[in-house]
Amino acid sequence: MRRSNWEDYQKSIADDHYYYGRSCIRQNFFPGSEKAFLEILSKELGKDVFDDPLHSSCTGIGYHSDIVPLDTIMAVVARQFALMDEAGYENFVTSCITSFGIYTEILATWEEFPETEERAAKTLYEATGRKLVKPKNMAHTSDVIFHFRKQIAQKMCRPLINAATGEPLRVVEHIGCHYAKIFPKKGIGGSEFPYVLAGMIESWGGEVVDYPERRHCCGFGFRNYLVQANRGYSVANSQKKLESMAPYRPDFIVCNCPGCSMFLDKWQYTIAEMEGTTYGQGGQGIPVLTYEEMAGLVLGYDPWQLGLQMHQVNVEPLLNKMGVQYDPTTKYLGKNGKYIGRPAASVVNNDCDSGLYEMKL
Amino acid sequence: MSKRVVVVGGGISGMQTALSLKSLGIEPLILEQSRQLGGKVADWHLLFPSFTPAQEVIAPLIRAVRQNGILVRFGCKVVSIESRRVILSSAERIDCDAVVLCSGSTLFDASIKEEYGYGIYDNVYTSADIERMMNNECVATANGTAPERIAILHCVGSRDEKVCQRHCSKVCCITGVKQAIELKKLFPKAEIFNFYMDIRMFGPGYEELYRTAQIDYNIHFVRGRISEASPLMNGRVQIKAEDTLTGRPLRMSVDMLVLMIGMRANDDNAFLSSSSGAELAPSGFFKSRNSFIDNVLSTKDGIFLAGTISSPKTIGQSLNEATTVAHRVAEYLNYGN
Repeated sequence: MRRSNWEDYQKSIADDHYYYGRSCIRQNFFPGSEKAFLEILSKELGKDVFDDPLHSSCTGIGYHSDIVPLDTIMAVVARQFALMDEAGYENFVTSCITSFGIYTEILATWEEFPETEERAAKTLYEATGRKLVKPKNMAHTSDVIFHFRKQIAQKMCRPLINAATGEPLRVVEHIGCHYAKIFPKKGIGGSEFPYVLAGMIESWGGEVVDYPERRHCCGFGFRNYLVQANRGYSVANSQKKLESMAPYRPDFIVCNCPGCSMFLDKWQYTIAEMEGTTYGQGGQGIPVLTYEEMAGLVLGYDPWQLGLQMHQVNVEPLLNKMGVQYDPTTKYLGKNGKYIGRPAASVVNNDCDSGLYEMKL
Repeated sequence: MSKRVVVVGGGISGMQTALSLKSLGIEPLILEQSRQLGGKVADWHLLFPSFTPAQEVIAPLIRAVRQNGILVRFGCKVVSIESRRVILSSAERIDCDAVVLCSGSTLFDASIKEEYGYGIYDNVYTSADIERMMNNECVATANGTAPERIAILHCVGSRDEKVCQRHCSKVCCITGVKQAIELKKLFPKAEIFNFYMDIRMFGPGYEELYRTAQIDYNIHFVRGRISEASPLMNGRVQIKAEDTLTGRPLRMSVDMLVLMIGMRANDDNAFLSSSSGAELAPSGFFKSRNSFIDNVLSTKDGIFLAGTISSPKTIGQSLNEATTVAHRVAEYLNYGN
């Protein structure tokens, strides 16, 4: 694909000194990703990132579910920015696409309607005594990884290449609706041909797979999932994408958004259990990674330290293709060697979990 | 001593303006930015609704310009228009008694509508590409095969607020019908679908051609916009649209997607307007003094308009304006004397 037009969409990404805003979903479902981001930035690249325990949820899920009113979320966001300023930072980097969309939308709203900024600042001061100072630079964590993709490539020890054949791994990238569909110019590559993940894949030796339903939503859609009666609609959206990408035989999917990472992974389990259908090779699902997990793998991190055992679809087929050395017996051992439990055998994994590993208990 | 009038642009409007001025005893000077006369029409194959070869319009005009000894200067980009003077990018100043702006319009860049993948996916073409392919007798898919199904999308870069082009480009509807028929003649077994918002068949013979397309050529018309195009493994293009008459979404794979690109205002209009004082309309085209009896006059004395510099027009309308503007220039110069 001649997707050179991403160069028309450039955004300013700070080079150092980031105030880190975590994601609610990722801390629960892919906690290794955020840890990997901090390690890559600080240890591999020598950057200063402040992980502030004082910051809160952006309340974006509540906002999109009509539970949190606009004025409330503006006050919450104003507090996050105030915390950043108090910590001595001016570059805000958020780990969540929903939050990134929220921050971008609110900054744009404040720009267009200054009275709303005044109201948020007043509310913040009355409630907390804090002063609103807006960030000079707003980025998503994938923007930052993209920004340093070439430096990461220089330190890379496992490129995105099939170790047996020497061929590039075929990677489906999924951006997430709130990254650039709301404000195309705030995303690298815009909304139609986003390049933020594609740039990483290409820099690290992989091949980006385009497929007809590439732009389609993963099916999260907040109320599609939060309202239990709508979950069939959510599954149907993921199914549409999976059916569209399957003929291209991707080696894995990499996601930008916490919700997309979760749903494209877990709905594969659901579809397999409901219908017996799997979309990957060898009768299994297609592994789903976050971009930090992908970066961690190419940098040689241990897959279980990256938290890859938290995914519903087993990642071992991908690890084997990449030639990653891993210890299967430590897969389900968490911090300090504590057993974290293991999932039951499932259709999406071809039932291959059952009795395969000898656990070090 | 005869008066000198600078005609900016050597397309059909510029050539006809110069010829009409000459016949009235006024000395025209055509300043053409490119290296040849004919403008955009020179790149077209057949003209609607009569399927007349474009060269049958261009060639007589060029021949007449030469036979009448009209002075033409090529490679001249006008960067500023002052009172009775135009300034070229080379800094040369040309004095004159009046200026007629005939520099036309710009074809909309289809790659701006990123959702259609023009320039990125194979087998996505513009109406201008199809004309070029017809001229070169090489209409085919990217792999050289004959298309079996073709989608033609109207209003690409017209009537579209998202790309700041709110105006109707006027000629795309009938061009879509014309090209559908031409493609059907080339590929009789192909299915051809035109996706439209409205079909605006305003000219003589247009409505008849629209009916002919349906009755004699079995061309399908679907009222609905295509929302996105995506590539398929076999090189075809998948399109998604909504058929607003049946109220159903549809997904279709086609061998060719043809985008009917509209006319937009030239980028140069902004600095030509600011230097001359002749106002622009909100669309970016030059504003006529009024839409009725002074439609070839700009809002500035001594600066006149002909052709698509002021709005999208057909070839016939542009040529009529060119004749009219010559008379209004003559009136202006005589009144000045």
